[in-house]
Order: sequence, then structure tokens, then C-alpha cells
Amino acid sequence: MSSRRTATQRYGVAFRAMLVFTAVLGLAYPLTITLIGQLALPAQANGSLVTVETKTGGPETVGSALIGQSFTDAEGTPLPEWFQPRPSAAGDGYDAAASSGSNWGPENPDLIQAITERKKAIAESDGARAEHIPADALTASASGLDPHISPAYARLQVSRIAQERGLPEADVSALVESNIQGRDLGYLGDPTVNVLELNIALAGLKG
Amino acid sequence: MDVWFAVLQVLTLVAILAAVYRPLGDYMATIYTTPRNLKVEQGFYRLIGVDARSEQTWQSYLHSVLAFSAVGVFFVYAIQRAQAVLPYSLGFPAIPEGLSFNTAVSFVTNTNWQSYSPDVTMGYSVQIAGLAVQNFVSAAVGIAVAIALVRGFALRRTGTIGNFWVDLTRGVLRLLLPLAIVASVVLLAGGVIQNFNGFTDLTSLSGGTQSIPGGPVASQEAIKELGTNGGGFFNANSAHPFENPSAWTNLFEILLLLVIPFSLPRTFGTMVGDKKQGYAILATMATIFVVSLTAVTIFEMNGAGTAPGLAGGAMEGKETRFGIAGSTLFASATTLTSTGAVNSMHDSYTALGGMMPMLNMMLGEVAPGGTGSGLYGMLILAVIAVFVAGLLVGRTPEYLGKKIGPREIKLASIYILITPTLVLTGTALSFAIPAVRADVEGTSIWNPGLHGLSEVLYAFTSAANNNGSAFAGLTANTPWFNTALGVAMLLGRFLPIVFVLALAGSIAAQDKVPATAGTLPTSRPQFVGLLIGVTIIITALTYFPVLALGPLAEGLQ
Repeated sequence: MSSRRTATQRYGVAFRAMLVFTAVLGLAYPLTITLIGQLALPAQANGSLVTVETKTGGPETVGSALIGQSFTDAEGTPLPEWFQPRPSAAGDGYDAAASSGSNWGPENPDLIQAITERKKAIAESDGARAEHIPADALTASASGLDPHISPAYARLQVSRIAQERGLPEADVSALVESNIQGRDLGYLGDPTVNVLELNIALAGLKG
Repeated sequence: MDVWFAVLQVLTLVAILAAVYRPLGDYMATIYTTPRNLKVEQGFYRLIGVDARSEQTWQSYLHSVLAFSAVGVFFVYAIQRAQAVLPYSLGFPAIPEGLSFNTAVSFVTNTNWQSYSPDVTMGYSVQIAGLAVQNFVSAAVGIAVAIALVRGFALRRTGTIGNFWVDLTRGVLRLLLPLAIVASVVLLAGGVIQNFNGFTDLTSLSGGTQSIPGGPVASQEAIKELGTNGGGFFNANSAHPFENPSAWTNLFEILLLLVIPFSLPRTFGTMVGDKKQGYAILATMATIFVVSLTAVTIFEMNGAGTAPGLAGGAMEGKETRFGIAGSTLFASATTLTSTGAVNSMHDSYTALGGMMPMLNMMLGEVAPGGTGSGLYGMLILAVIAVFVAGLLVGRTPEYLGKKIGPREIKLASIYILITPTLVLTGTALSFAIPAVRADVEGTSIWNPGLHGLSEVLYAFTSAANNNGSAFAGLTANTPWFNTALGVAMLLGRFLPIVFVLALAGSIAAQDKVPATAGTLPTSRPQFVGLLIGVTIIITALTYFPVLALGPLAEGLQ
């Protein structure tokens, strides 16, 4: 009898404790952090959104500096006048509401085929030799939303972009070089180029 | 060149962990030994009806752990089932029963295995009021159990091992919450989002459409790493740019998930009154960590296998901003602890590279292991090591002045056997029961061939060790996996805790025996070597056959 009462008491304690923890850790804590974020760091807290001035007037949000996006037509074909991001396994490609990697293993025939096809497509569109195409251009990222490409892949696309847009290759090349972000603190991670930022700069480039 | 940047990154991590080892370790020792309660804690104890001065026997302590966890499962289950009527649910419906069970168990056991894709399943209310709460308290439970075991070694001739409610409360209020607040703000500054905006629809630069997600992510990300939980706010977990925006936030998150487990040996050393014992445990953990990290980094940088060879590097499932070194460091840290967050897709690793996270978990997650669970796992191995030394060189089996008798070695041995039993049984049943096998092969397995076996093996290894990472191609949201992995998580968490607390009670009741010439010194490099050996031999003997069928066979093809 007494042991049953002890057990009941114990569950009572557990239940009340969980209620208080839920109020403090589940509500007060995230709301406090939200308040700090919205007051002190609103740009970051809201997703580092990027706006551009449109021709029709007024700024318009075109994406997030942290989230990659597609530069394709409605059918999903790459638009050759834009720098292309990495392949993406998020939804139909860069679906920010469905982040995902391909999860294809190293011997998966689907992956092998995909890489082969991508290699062929890039070799054709960019006039590159197959062995010069960097790995990031041929592989999907973990999130499917990788906002970056390697400097090597950006450089590979310069002559195509220049040709498509009728711009001097040197100008496009200079744009790429000025958009290369070095490693954090000089040694963390890999050097990158943010595709959205590069393309925004590209849109502003006059021939 | 890349190699030196990778080395420098690890050295940075080591330097920071070394700098906080003493202050944080000693702070934790103070938290769990001081008789003083804060005002707010006194109010809390009155509210929930606990006498903070009372001490518990190991049975009572265990019952409290189990009651609290059972209530936790009930809460998380209920919140998920009620999602449709909760605010900020983003229009998502209630979570189905099987998935709700799996997820509730997963977060209460500190596993954070996710059978679902959060992007399209979980609204903000479930994430913050259900899942994130468990991120705090399940971590605090782990530390509490570890501290109870340490008390067993520190105390003498006592029938009690502390008060669970006090340990739980202090762990949350004095340790995890303050650290999480600081970490959240740092992550915010690094670009991790924190809002209740829902989805922002916009027209992309080239005229397409994109739906940018929102969410209270920073607050969750901080405790997800600190508590070695690992459940992502988004499907891509710490690979998602909104969870982990840059190379420096990546290193910061790795630091968060290692900082408590790597500082707990100090707490242990301080509490048992011999700091060298803490250093010996630390050295064991650190050695295994460095060797494992080196191996996976070499495998990934070499990029063996057909697809990586064709692409010119193992970048499938990796983010550009982290590079290979930032990915393998995260992968090692997350599987050598019980975290299970990922910043790269382990399923797409090279065959041998992908074996390393699996092997890390199979070691029992003791280098440094989860918050608390890593320390108690390593102390159990230390007990085994002392016993093995007793057999090999005729030393008296003692650890920290406590005799390791038949009862103690039985408890430790059963502890060691639980997880491998769950892993191997679960994997075997997945292929042995014809109906299940058809479902596993037809629905769940994503990659063909040997890699498919690795996916199933990885899932049970992850669940039984309460890790939570996955070879994520596996579709686990099926009746078989939701149930079997749920059971593996429950038993993999609480059965070991039963034996840890029983051991704590058993040695707390003993008096200390003075060290003699026959006592094996357990703070010397010799013991560190022995402990590493025991850890590896137990794992290798248990898992080598099944590894040979999966990743080893694939890697050696």
C-alpha cells in the first residue's frame, strides 16, 4: 500500500516537474531568445534576406544570402546566362521547404549515372575538359541548399557567362575574383563563392 | 595544404576544450556537491513537492529517473498528437501514432533519431514545447546518472547516492540553461535564424519562386548540441544553412557538443578527490577521438569508390563551406558523443569513411560520449579493465579504492552486453523475418547492394546507442522501424542506466580499501593503454563480423 502511494507521489512529482520545465524551457527560453534576436540581430534572426532594387522601383526580396537557389527555367533547364549552383537533392532542386541530400552511396548506380551526365553537360555548356570540372559541380550538397560553389567552379563558368551576356571575359573574371570568400579566420572551411550574391553583382554589370 | 588547415582546426578545438576543462569541470563538481540551493530552486522543489535534503537509495533514484522519463514520453507523445490544434503548427496535421511513439521515445532517450522530415512534419509548438524541452532534461538525466555513479566511487559505507530531482534541476538551471542562452546568442550572430515567421514566399533572382522557412532555430540548435541530442530543426540538420551558416559556426557547434562530455572527467576527478584519475579518463577519450578522426578524414580526403572517383572528390552530401575537414570533424564528434546531428550525409561517405561513424557508436560512445552517458560508459569500461588486469597480471581488482567483486563485474558485464545485443538482434530480425525483410528491402532501403545492409546496421547501431544520426537514405517511417528502433532506443537507454545505478549503489555501500603493492595504479599511461585496449577489443570482437558484411566488404571491393 505504502509503496503504491510512493509510486503515485513519484509520478506526481515527475508530472509537476515536467509542467514547470515545459513552461520555462519550452516557452520562456525560446521566446527570450526570439526577443533578443529580433531586437539585437533582426537581419540574421529573420534569415539574412537579400533585397535588390528593381527596375519598376522599390526594393524586392530575392532570396536569402544563406540559402542557395535555382537559376533555371520553368522546366528546370539551367539558364546559361547565370552562374549555376551545385546540383541539389532538395525537392526539385533548391526547394527551401524540403532540405535534403541525395543520400546516394559511393557505389550507387544512380549517383554514378548522375555524375556522368552532369560532367557531360558541364563539359558541353562551359567548354571545359572533363578532368577540370571540380567535384562540387558534380555532386549534390548535404542540405540541397548549399549557397556556395568553389572558386574553381565559378571560374569555369566565366567564359560561358561572358559569351551569353556579351560582356568582356576579363570583367566577369574580375567579378568572380572579388566575390571569393576566403576561409573563416583564414583557416576554417574552404574558400567559397556565394552564387546568389555573385549573380546579383553580375546583373548589375554593364556591358 | 588542406591537411594543415584541418590540423589547425583541430588544434583550435583542442585548445578551447583544454582551456575550459578545469573551470567547467570544477564548476560541475560544485553544482552536484554543494548543499546550498538557490532561491528559485527552493521554490521549484516546494512546487513539485520534493524535499531537497533527502537522499535516495539507488533503487529510489532509479525509480525517479524512470518515472520522470515515462512522463516525458507521455508529454511529447501528447503534444504531437495534438499538433493540429496547437498554434504555430504551420498547418501540419497531428502526427500519427507510430511516429509519435518513435519520436517521443527518441527525444526522451537523448537519441533524437528522426523517422520524419521536420520541414514537412513538425510545427513550431511541437518543436519548442515538446522536443526542445527533452533536449534539456534528457541531457540533465544523463549527467545525473553519471554523477550518481561517481558518488558511488567517492562515498563510503552509505546507502544513498544523492537526490535525482536535485541533480536534474541543478543540471538544467545551473549548467544547461545558462550555457544554452549564451550559445544561442552566438549562433544568432552567426546567422542562425530565430523567428516565428512561417514560410516567406518570394520571387528568386532569375524569376522562379522560393519558399524560405522560418522558425525558432537558434534556441533549439544551442541545446541540441550542448545536450548531445542532435535532432535537427530541419531535415538537413546541421548541414542546413539556417542551422549552421558558416565554417566558424560549424566549429562552434562542434565545440558545444564536446564541451560537457570532455569536461566531465574533471568533475569525476575532483569529486573522487584525485584529479589524476580524471586525466587518465580524459587521455583515453582523447586518444580514441584523435585516431578515429584521423582515419575518417584520410578516407574522405582520399575519396575511394566509384562515384567519388568519378567526381574527383567525396563531395556528395557535403557542404562547400565546411569542406571535407569540417565535415569529418563534425561526423566524428557527433558519433563519438551521443549527439547524432550531422553536417554532411554519412550515407554518401566513402565505404570505409562511412564505417567510421558506425564504429564510433559501436565503441559505446565513450570518447567522450554523450552528456553523462559517456562518462558512465567509460567508467564501466574502467571497471572491466581493472578486472582484466586482475586476470592478466594478478592485480587485485580495485578501482578508486573500491573492490570490484563478483557483483560489480556482473553488473558491468551485463551493461556491456546490452547494446550489442540490441544492435545485432535488430539488424538480424530485419532480414530474418520474411515479411519484415520484404518491407525493409522494398520500402526502407535506399541504396542497393552491400550499402543497404549498412543502412539497416547503422540505424540499429544509432538507436541502441542513443545517437540519432543515420544513413539517412533509409526510410524509417514504417511500422517495423518505428517500433523496432523505438524499442531499441528505450532499452538502449534505460537498461544500462539500471545497471549503472545498481553498480553505484553497490560500491557506495563499500568502504574504501587502502592501496597496496598489488593495486593497479589507474592514473598512469599504462592504465590508459589498457583501457583503450579493452574498449577496442570488446567492440572489435562484437561487431567485426557484421562490419565485414557491410562497409568493409563494400570498401574492399
